[in-house]
Amino acid sequence: MRIVHYINQFFGQIGGEEKAHIPPQIREGIVGPGMAFKQALRGEAEIVATIICGDSYFAENEAKAKAEILNMVKKYYPDIFIAGPAFNAGRYGIACGTIAKAVKDELGIPVVTGMYVENPGVEMFRRDIYIISTKNSAAGMRDAVLKMAAMALKLAKGERIGSPADEGYVERGIRVNYFAGERGSKRAVDMLIKKIKGEAFLTEFKMPEFDRVIPNPPVQDITKAKIALVTSGGIVPKGNPDRIEASSASKYGEYDIEGVFDLTGETFETAHGGYDPVYANMDADRVLPVDVLRDLEMEGRIGSLHRYYYATVGNGTSVANAKRFGAEIAKKLLLDGVNAVILTST
Amino acid sequence: MVKEIERAGLPVVHMCTIVPISKTVGANRIVPTVAIPHPLGNPNLSRAEEKALRRKLVERALKALQTPVGDQTVFEE
Repeated sequence: MRIVHYINQFFGQIGGEEKAHIPPQIREGIVGPGMAFKQALRGEAEIVATIICGDSYFAENEAKAKAEILNMVKKYYPDIFIAGPAFNAGRYGIACGTIAKAVKDELGIPVVTGMYVENPGVEMFRRDIYIISTKNSAAGMRDAVLKMAAMALKLAKGERIGSPADEGYVERGIRVNYFAGERGSKRAVDMLIKKIKGEAFLTEFKMPEFDRVIPNPPVQDITKAKIALVTSGGIVPKGNPDRIEASSASKYGEYDIEGVFDLTGETFETAHGGYDPVYANMDADRVLPVDVLRDLEMEGRIGSLHRYYYATVGNGTSVANAKRFGAEIAKKLLLDGVNAVILTST
Repeated sequence: MVKEIERAGLPVVHMCTIVPISKTVGANRIVPTVAIPHPLGNPNLSRAEEKALRRKLVERALKALQTPVGDQTVFEE
């Protein structure tokens, strides 16, 4: 059986963030994590080609990248397509999900990928494709590859796929009929008794979790409004005084910009890892538009720019931390009489 | 972060390059930007052109903050 494997520039051993803009390219045989797959597949299937694409290239040219990669995949007429694993890398996860879904829908080839549960690619694609649940970093490569390879072989052979818990993939929201050992009334009573006793039990019908916030009403008079800037792009005063981490941030910073009319390469920089920092370090207004907001303030187009801005690094940052930062920042902004927020992300 | 700020009662506009992430996260007012390493700039332009581009995007964000929305809305222009 033939496999085509998709990976990013980093796992493709081309380079880090400085190479994230490279367009897709194809190599015969295995590259990088392909070696681990080769072992896990035990000769039952072979990676005939590896497609490598820069994460930023994919994110910024999605339609073009998708078409280019689909053409490459087609030429190798694979029986199965594997993407990643992407762990907690957001752009990479979305690229894996996007291209895997396209290969499945447009070429009719079974696909499998792997990601950490908080990767945004999971929420976007878990209903469409099999996503093996992985650890949040490449330290989980071995386990991820074993599960992905097993799933790939099953899919290629057309074997029955078991439940998410058995196979290690993220729930797709698909209901499957089966004959249970005991009838529903008994299972329900057993579950209730366990619940009353405080024991662990497994529901047979999970309620979906929706966490949507209703939009607030618009700003009535923007020429009187106090506008605050918040960013996940890591813009900090030069030297990063709070030492905000380049990835998996555990904190955010509050910075006074009174009297600052322009962010320059001498005064501000980015603490963010995971994207090429050259442009933000040269001129941080490219991420946090202080210069333009000062102009608008002087022209009376907005009431004022809030004296403090808030910054963290949105690179592999846990959802729990991001929630906490957001809630704390919002509280401070409300106390300071801010009327509206512009939040920029890289 | 966007969602928690909205939840606290402040209208917020998310300016970002990868709109699908912003939608997944749950932002309600979204303004698409230029590129991941320079969302509000373009190093290939002259400084004046670049600032004009940034101003156009920020003005779009201000427009979004003044627009009533019932659901997630992307302000393309």
